[in-house]
Amino acid sequence: MLSQSAFDGLLAILWPLFFGTVAFFMFRAGGDPDTLVYASLGAAVMGVWTATSVSAGSALQRQRWHGTLELLVAAPTHFSLTLLSMTVATSTIGVYCMAGTLFWGRVVFGIELPLEEPLALAVAIPATIVSIGLLGFLLSVTFARYRTAWTLGAMLEYPVWLIGGFLVPLTLFPGWVRPISWALAPTWGMNAIRDAATGSGSAWPDVAMCVVLGAAYTATGVLLTNRILFAARQRATLSLT
Amino acid sequence: MTSLRIFAIGGLMSFRALFGFMSPWIYIPTLVVTPLFQILLFVFIGRSAGVESDTFYVVGNAIQYSSVPCLFAMTFTIAGERFNQTLGPVLVSPAGRLPLFLGRSLPVIVNGAFVGALSFTLGSLVLGVTVPASAVAPLALVIVLASASCTGLGLVLAGIGLRVREQAVMLNIVFGLLLIFTGANVPIEQLPEWMEAISRLLPFTHAIEAGREVVAGSGLGDVSGLLLRELAIGVVYAVLGYRFLRFMERQGRIHATLERA
Repeated sequence: MLSQSAFDGLLAILWPLFFGTVAFFMFRAGGDPDTLVYASLGAAVMGVWTATSVSAGSALQRQRWHGTLELLVAAPTHFSLTLLSMTVATSTIGVYCMAGTLFWGRVVFGIELPLEEPLALAVAIPATIVSIGLLGFLLSVTFARYRTAWTLGAMLEYPVWLIGGFLVPLTLFPGWVRPISWALAPTWGMNAIRDAATGSGSAWPDVAMCVVLGAAYTATGVLLTNRILFAARQRATLSLT
Repeated sequence: MTSLRIFAIGGLMSFRALFGFMSPWIYIPTLVVTPLFQILLFVFIGRSAGVESDTFYVVGNAIQYSSVPCLFAMTFTIAGERFNQTLGPVLVSPAGRLPLFLGRSLPVIVNGAFVGALSFTLGSLVLGVTVPASAVAPLALVIVLASASCTGLGLVLAGIGLRVREQAVMLNIVFGLLLIFTGANVPIEQLPEWMEAISRLLPFTHAIEAGREVVAGSGLGDVSGLLLRELAIGVVYAVLGYRFLRFMERQGRIHATLERA
């Protein structure tokens, strides 16, 4: 059903294009061609987070609205698996965003992307997308008790764009921001993709960090799911009615 | 007197109904926190690119973000009647359409101006942007005018919302276009000529320019031309929106599509 939704499909692709376009104009005015490549790759990955954050925030709520949440929780399959597949699936819409943004940057702004390490890039892109999907899974579980979880998902869109280093180097932020950035898989995924595309460094340590953080998000999410479902069953608050 | 009652009380009731849905759990993330982060995002991109000052982005984005309450609330207060199954009773009533539709726009303008002013205040506090005391009142006027002008565009979109099913998609696309075209982050002189020409016809473009001049120390008299153009654009959109709403209402009756879209 989500694949038919203009909001989760078409808009998810167009939305980062608007911000990417503004960023391209701004960096072009700055006059350094290297920053345009930097911005183009960043704007491309922004779409993956956009596709994930709003959808993941509302993943549980959507099941509530459709009246299927109780059935999914009662099913013999662990609920984490059900939720995990939803959030990772929505993050894959980011592939279209990435392709669309890179194409837009190339055609409209003439940004030519380097491709220094194709193999590393071929691994870094899916690793980034999946790790972002896993972060979405953790968010969807964390927001389980909020009726308006979609607003929290949407609210996190700009902050992660900002401190994930998509368009702005982390060195520009105050020191206390950096540990938060390091706890986010998108930061490492972004680094990995940039390193692989431009050859500015080895992408593999960043890919490894994506995998490690993704595993940590999954483990935390599964534990939280168990705890939240247990509490919801005990108090009969699963439907939040 | 009846028209005045429909304008004032009807508009207020409609807006309160909207806010019955829009609890603080929605209002604070979407209209308080998000605009602040939009300001921060573009301020840091600006610093990274080495282009405009922090003040440039704070003014531009605070005013531009008021498009969210103006466009979304205006569209949802009218087209949202369909969702609540009250559109038919509203449109079947003999109430004058002018007070009916314009009454719904007044609280939207007030809320839009509040969001714009709050975003500017929070952005300035976080980033240490200072504004001369003499600029506060003129800037408030600029923000109110910008909200009124954008609500005019919101009336047009409300008319489209009577026919279009995916209103959220449409409104987000318009928001994105305003982000690019109104000079909130890129001076419109740096845009291609055709884009600059479109910018001049949109709400916010002149208000943002006026806001920046006011914050830089200009008086109201210096920016009166910009403010008059902003007002004129708002009036044109409001008239177009009102006529478009009437047209869509007639079309809805003729084709029995009021509840179907």
